[in-house]
Amino acid sequence: MTADNVQLDKTGRLKHLLTTEGLDRRLILEILDHAASFASVGNRAVKKIPLLRGKTIINLFFEPSTRTLTTFELAAKRLSADVLNINVSTSATSKGESLQDTLQTLEAMHCDMFIVRHPNSGAAHFIARQVSPHVSVINAGDGRHAHPTQALLDMYTIRQHKADFACLSVAIVGDVMHSRVARSDIHALTALGVKDIRVIGPKTLIPADINRMGVSVFNNLQQGIEDVDVVIMLRLQRERMRSALLPSEHEYFHCYGLTENKLLAAKDDAIVMHPGPINRGVEIDSHVADGKRSVILQQVSHGIAVRMAVMSLIMGTLPESSAEQD
Amino acid sequence: MRIRINNGHIIDPKNNIDSKGDICIAEGKIIFSLENTADFSADKEIDASGKLVCPGLIDLCAHFREPGLEYKATILSESIAAASAGITTICCPPFTQPVIDTPAVVELINQRAEAVNKTRIYCLGALTHGLAGERLSEMQTLKQAGCVGVTNGYLPLANLEILRRAMEYAASNDIRVFLYPEDHSLRNNGVAHEGPVSTRLGLPPIPETAETVAVCQALLLVEQSGVELHFCRLSAARSISMIASAKQTGLPVTADVAISYLYLTENDVDNYNVNCHLQPPLRTSQDMQALRNGIAEGVIDVVCSDHQPHDDDAKSAPFSETEAGASTIELLFPLVNELVNNNTITLMDAIASLTIKPAGILGLELGSLSVGANADVAIFDTKQQWTVDKHKLLSAGKNTPFIGKKLTGKATHTLLQGRIVYQQN
Repeated sequence: MTADNVQLDKTGRLKHLLTTEGLDRRLILEILDHAASFASVGNRAVKKIPLLRGKTIINLFFEPSTRTLTTFELAAKRLSADVLNINVSTSATSKGESLQDTLQTLEAMHCDMFIVRHPNSGAAHFIARQVSPHVSVINAGDGRHAHPTQALLDMYTIRQHKADFACLSVAIVGDVMHSRVARSDIHALTALGVKDIRVIGPKTLIPADINRMGVSVFNNLQQGIEDVDVVIMLRLQRERMRSALLPSEHEYFHCYGLTENKLLAAKDDAIVMHPGPINRGVEIDSHVADGKRSVILQQVSHGIAVRMAVMSLIMGTLPESSAEQD
Repeated sequence: MRIRINNGHIIDPKNNIDSKGDICIAEGKIIFSLENTADFSADKEIDASGKLVCPGLIDLCAHFREPGLEYKATILSESIAAASAGITTICCPPFTQPVIDTPAVVELINQRAEAVNKTRIYCLGALTHGLAGERLSEMQTLKQAGCVGVTNGYLPLANLEILRRAMEYAASNDIRVFLYPEDHSLRNNGVAHEGPVSTRLGLPPIPETAETVAVCQALLLVEQSGVELHFCRLSAARSISMIASAKQTGLPVTADVAISYLYLTENDVDNYNVNCHLQPPLRTSQDMQALRNGIAEGVIDVVCSDHQPHDDDAKSAPFSETEAGASTIELLFPLVNELVNNNTITLMDAIASLTIKPAGILGLELGSLSVGANADVAIFDTKQQWTVDKHKLLSAGKNTPFIGKKLTGKATHTLLQGRIVYQQN
């Protein structure tokens, strides 16, 4: 276990959210239930509830991000927290400040929570070990390691469409090697009882011994998505083409790009997911991305509710019946 | 000072001695060993009954960080640590600042070592100018200045042609090349063994082939050039089997392993344990077992500490941003002793891998208790138990993966050239 000792307190409650590894079914469902109770907030005329009023949350991003940063910011603001966005890649580290110093400086401003994105795996764990006991850390993506809120919103989305996790077949397609989303999804799906998890991609994009995480590996897309209920497409970063991992976008799309034709191999009611931002014509065809089986935009809206749930759960400010509050 | 060490269990692999007896020392030399020494008048007697008496240990690789990296450790701090661990000679790799590629740096290190006067320090010179991997260093000049070999460490060579020519040039000057087998491109900025742990943690992986391909290439080039080659810090089982076959065919190769690799595996990297961020990476438990067998079978000649003391900041960052290496010099003997206690290797072989064998690879007339030899002697209480405590380590580097581990065996006396440089309170 990489993190359960760091992210859970002695009573098993969330202190930080660093990874989905080690979260049990009960805790994940608790988060998803709370998220459901927050889902309607966005539809109100006044999109705010006062749960985190007076709390200061810092979005500490060491890597560029648009949607994750925005949804975290929005989630915090809807909970009435004060939010500060800091893009460290363009400020402190370019002045030679160490991560430790950056943290200490920000902590001196009396913040209550850091939302952290960092290019290196394990950075969120490192930060969680560094901060004072009253400060919590949410991992918004660390290297190839974990992106737990993305995985939780993926679970939330699947739950909206599929009845029983235990009966599901889920395929994760593409650049699994570099994907923190894939790893976090695998842990969350496993915890929720999904028995058939498949990862699909060329050997160059499948990390060694991933079968030890309880998944089966396919190098062929059609074979891999046969009769699955859920297809999770991963973003393929264009710089992969410049290394020895792939020959071209054209060939990648030909082999692993999801088209309506290839999707015929999946179940008729299969849903298609993508953490975004999507590369149309690289990993996914526009007809699929915009088609009726795509739940990609739903994922984005669910992301706000899930992040509100995680933040309030960690801050211990969640009332028993937040859904009924008005 | 005339010293008599009484009634110890003497192990001297060079002379194949394994028996109880006395050792007499005068004017820095061993003048009697094992014989009837009743008429030797000593200024000081050391009671070694129940203790192990052996040649002072020779550590084939320890980074003492000076010059240039004194914020991590100094020759003074690390010499004190080495002496407390029964180590009387260390070999210092050229990764100082400036690097050891001129006689001036060798002289500087020698002067500091002499001023401290607790440990003999021998330098490895750079294989290429500035370790930049482009031009050959002045190997012959470095040898004359006292370097016991040349190496480029893990810094990449521009191409294999450089390695071939460096081997040929070293061979023509009777200089041993110390090779850290790693294909830089296969390593590809990795930080952990490619396997289930690096996959789960999302750490950039280093495949086993990064090492084995380099071993294979080097063996072919040794065959071509005739150079005496020493393989440093092996980590993979396949490397051991290739080197075993090469030795059988008579190739002039030797090999070592660092002590950490005989106890730790990829699983210890879990939880992003930065003290287990080592280079080469910790590999599987099968690899660890193969390394242990390699020592027992003599394929691996030497166990070294590969001591790399770091300042706290070097290890205070997300895993892949931390500097690799562990502080281990004080744990070398007890950890080897544990392999003796669990019957992995014999005590004689264990001491040989820490004394006469590294002496042979470095070309030094050290590592024995022969009459007339320099009186570098270590006395160990092989039953003394202790627990590794960060605050009690003498090394300036507290970055050891073995904190909290219970060990058996501790030096009680260390003699360098007939002088007591360490005595346990």
